[in-house]
Parts: sequence; structure tokens; C-alpha cells
Amino acid sequence: MQLFVFVCAAAMILVGAIGVIVRSHPVHAALSLILTLFGVAVLFVAQDAHFLAAVQVVVYAGAIVVLFLFVIMLLGVDKAEALRVDPVKVQRPLAAIVGLGLFGLIAGAIVRSRDSLVVRGHGIDIASGDGGHDSNIRQLANDLFSNHVFAFELTSVLLVIAVVGTVLLARRPRSSSASDTSAGSK
Amino acid sequence: MHLAIASPTTTWYLVLASLLFAIGAVGVLVRRNPLVLFMCIELMLNAVNLTFVALARKLGDIGGQTTVFFVMVVAAAEVVVGLGIIVSILRRRPAATADDIAELKG
Repeated sequence: MQLFVFVCAAAMILVGAIGVIVRSHPVHAALSLILTLFGVAVLFVAQDAHFLAAVQVVVYAGAIVVLFLFVIMLLGVDKAEALRVDPVKVQRPLAAIVGLGLFGLIAGAIVRSRDSLVVRGHGIDIASGDGGHDSNIRQLANDLFSNHVFAFELTSVLLVIAVVGTVLLARRPRSSSASDTSAGSK
Repeated sequence: MHLAIASPTTTWYLVLASLLFAIGAVGVLVRRNPLVLFMCIELMLNAVNLTFVALARKLGDIGGQTTVFFVMVVAAAEVVVGLGIIVSILRRRPAATADDIAELKG
């Protein structure tokens, strides 16, 4: 059963990822990205990270991909990219070599070092344990709000800065005559 | 059931994550639409998240899941800022690709 879930989720992930990089239409690439993100969420559930799986679906597949689609529709760039032409002659063969080399190196390092993985933490609570249904959320919250509370507060500052900066970046100048008063829109 | 079915180990998850990372890296290298470049960066971020979650399970350490939480927050902020920059570039030049942005240099 676990093997079945893993194989199905891995197939979703790989089909979606290859779809992102080979589909010439940006909307199709974004929809393939949703497939990959759902596959990763399934694997999160299989690895007892239930809260992160929910966040993955809500934040990634919900918010981020919708933001991508919204920008694609807003800008009207939803026309197919000419993938047949290769702007730089040897770009694609070199990219394939780099990709295969990267995968080979990482996979080799993983296989070589797989025996050095030893349990060193206190374990991860799973939902079927004695902690109740929300034991994973409780354990994650205990770690987040005790060991990493300062970083957690800093992320709120980061999000506010990102939102304000994006509003300033993407703001349309009011008019050409009043463009000298709209600071930050350059 | 006499057929011995292997249960997926942590190594399988890590190899799958490395494959996803390599696909995302190839996408960044070959695509020219800046929006698709961002999607490929999201693929690589998800590969790293998968690695963190698999190792958190294997090592019994909840800190891996906490790190994935922070990675998601930073990824959301990064996408928001990056799409803002892309919107402001593509509004002036609707057919801009990643090669044309090299003209920004002074």
C-alpha cells in the first residue's frame, strides 16, 4: 500500500515536472505545476507531515499557482513560446548534461551516505499515536513557538515588506503629467 | 500474500527529490519565459522541501518540518516580489524574454 502511494505520487510529480519544462504554453505549465505540488503533498502525508501537506495544498497549489495564472491572464502573455528554435546552439545539450550530472552526483551522494542516517531526535508524533488527531500540529507548534519564535516573528516582517514592495513595484503611474509625484514607480 | 513488496525507504524519497531538483534546474537553463523560470524555481524548492520532510521522518527530528514551514513562507514572499518585478517589466515590453532582461545593464 505504501509502495502504491509512493509510485503514484512519484508519477504525478515527475509527469508534472516534465510538463512544466516542456509545455510551451505558460498556462499549461502552471497547471502541470499544480500536479507536481499535489504529488508532493501526498508524499508529505506519507511521511507523517500532515500539517505541511495541508499548507502545501492551500499555499502552493492554492495561492501561488493562482497568482501565477492571474499574472499570466493580467499581462496577456498566454501565447505559446517558440520552443522549436534554439536561441543558443548548444544550450539544450549542455542543459541536459548539467541536469544528468546534477542528478547523478546527488543520487550518488545519497546512496553512498544512506547508512550514516541515524535517529538523533525525539521522534515525530503521528496522528494514530497517543497524542490524538492533532499531535503533528501540536509538536510542530511546540517547536515553532519555543525554539524558533524569533524567526517566526521575522517572517511576519518579511511578508509585510514583500507586500508593500510589490504594491510599489507593480503600481501603475497615475498619469504622465503627474509622474514626478509618484515616487517609487520607476 | 507471498509476494515480498518493498516498502519505500527514505533513500527512495531522496532520490525522487534529487530527480525533481534536476528537472527544475534543467528548466531554469532551457526556458526563456520569466514566468516559467519562476515555476521551475518552485520545482526546486519543492524538491528541497521533500528532502527535509523525508529526513525529518528518518532522523526523528521535528526541526525539518519547521524548516519546511519557513521555506514555504519565504517562497511565498519571493514569488510575490518576483511577480511584481515581472509585471512591471512585461507591462513596458510585453514580449520580453529572459534574454532581453540583460539589456537592463548600464
